[in-house]
Amino acid sequence: MFDDLRDLYQEVILDHGRKPRNFRRLEEADREGRGDNPMCGDRMQLWVKLAPDGRLADVAFQGKGCAISMASASLMTETVRGKTQEEARALAEKFRELAMTGTCPDCGGALEDEMERLQALGGVHEFPSRVKCATLAWHTLNAALDNADKEASSE
Amino acid sequence: MDGVVAPRGQGAFDVARIRQDFPILSEKVRGKDLVFLDSGASAQKPRAVIQAMTRMMEKAYANVHRGAYHLSESATEAYEGARRAVAGFLNAADEREIVFTGSSTAAINLVAHSYGRGVLKAGQAVLISEMEHHANLVPWQMLKAAHGTELRVARVTDAGELDLEDVAAKLADGKVGLMAVTHMSNVLGTVTPAARLAEMAHAHGAKLLLDGSQAAVHRRVDVQALGCDFYVFTGHKLYGPTGIGVLWARMELLEAMPPFLGGGDMISEVTLEGFLPAPVPAKFEAGTPPIIEAVGLHAAIDYVQGIGMEAIEAHERHLVDRAMTRLSAVEGLTLIGHAQDRGGVFAFALDNAHAHDLATLLDRVGIAVRSGRHCAEPLHARFNVESTCRASFGLYTTEGEVDYLAEALGKAREFFR
Repeated sequence: MFDDLRDLYQEVILDHGRKPRNFRRLEEADREGRGDNPMCGDRMQLWVKLAPDGRLADVAFQGKGCAISMASASLMTETVRGKTQEEARALAEKFRELAMTGTCPDCGGALEDEMERLQALGGVHEFPSRVKCATLAWHTLNAALDNADKEASSE
Repeated sequence: MDGVVAPRGQGAFDVARIRQDFPILSEKVRGKDLVFLDSGASAQKPRAVIQAMTRMMEKAYANVHRGAYHLSESATEAYEGARRAVAGFLNAADEREIVFTGSSTAAINLVAHSYGRGVLKAGQAVLISEMEHHANLVPWQMLKAAHGTELRVARVTDAGELDLEDVAAKLADGKVGLMAVTHMSNVLGTVTPAARLAEMAHAHGAKLLLDGSQAAVHRRVDVQALGCDFYVFTGHKLYGPTGIGVLWARMELLEAMPPFLGGGDMISEVTLEGFLPAPVPAKFEAGTPPIIEAVGLHAAIDYVQGIGMEAIEAHERHLVDRAMTRLSAVEGLTLIGHAQDRGGVFAFALDNAHAHDLATLLDRVGIAVRSGRHCAEPLHARFNVESTCRASFGLYTTEGEVDYLAEALGKAREFFR
């Protein structure tokens, strides 16, 4: 009945949605951010531990939401680990484009492997009302890196 | 005999024939037949409504209450004819008790501003319930902040019914000046015991406002028999257009209430120093009203009355029974709310799928349901659920659609296994 939805709900999405990685509170985090999709009721809290050189040594999150938002957050924490803050922000921008258009023409180059991994979420662009589910984690990461007090929202 | 029931005193309720009155129902969604189960958010429109509005614009349109020329007079007659139709629909004692607004939300805000600030005293309380739509919650929170009116909230039982003992307890000290509750929950489907609530409120010196946004669509409403003091509903859920809502209130209340919005049409005399308000209902209808929408609402009322509200109620009762049976049999599915008296609104959650994932799956097979919190965030907190999907029925909903929903839910659970 739902076979053609396997493009959106690929096995990797279902797996990360069911068993999100790095789903824990990070004690003594250097950065913290909150994200909220008021229309959906999705909520997320995200912590970043920075290495002495400013790289993202560890990233973890907790929250409630749909399979897309949980899987996206889970994949993101794995992807940005060890990256510089500039690289993490660049990934956030490229991911946003991927989620909205399904492709990312500028994704070749330095972060190609990382974007390849995130490609699993590209199918979301066919579902305009679900794009914000996929981007919530990245908005929250940006908010955490800004160390902003205010909540991130992908509305 | 799919979907066909024969209510008392009516011809057979032929849902297949009724569906032909709604052009959109023959649309395809991703190649599948549209199964529209979101009428609680906004209902689809029959051809009679679409044509009445088109005809108004093509043949009879001008502003109302202003021109001494033929078109303005005929437009005024059409607009006031809609008021008479609404008065009949609610069995109001006097058609002047019908105030046209932009929506149910606007109607409740009118009461909150005008009755709330102009009649209620700062120390008095407003009593609502845990199952209110945000439209019947936030205006009272705003009134509390602006006017110092206390806001009390009556509990909802685990079955999803209004806790009448708690209502009685919260009315007991006589401080409640207005009780404002839903006549039918937009999430739980619960129909509240309106006549009993009116008695309880009046026994303690309180007025009763009923939010009929859902209820007026599903059963016959007689405001005099219910004994309430204010009743609001909206056009677009009643198969009519968006942009028009109705406030009914008892004449003596409307006369005692100060105007809400100021502007043209709501005055009888204006100088640079001040104004005298017009009589009811013009006093509450500042500015150019929703004229075309009133004509559309009139056509919608004629349409449902042509079928018969009792026949519609019987059809939906049949669908509710079917849905209870079929949805209860879906493994892993939890229905929120099990009220004895309920209408065709079902909020549910699957144990292994988030509401939004579920809505995306259902959409793929043509089924339109709402997902989220349905403008009732505190109610979701009350039942400890983040979000739900909601299927809501209209007079065009069939047994086959209910069965298809149940089948799809079972398959969705397998998909996420």
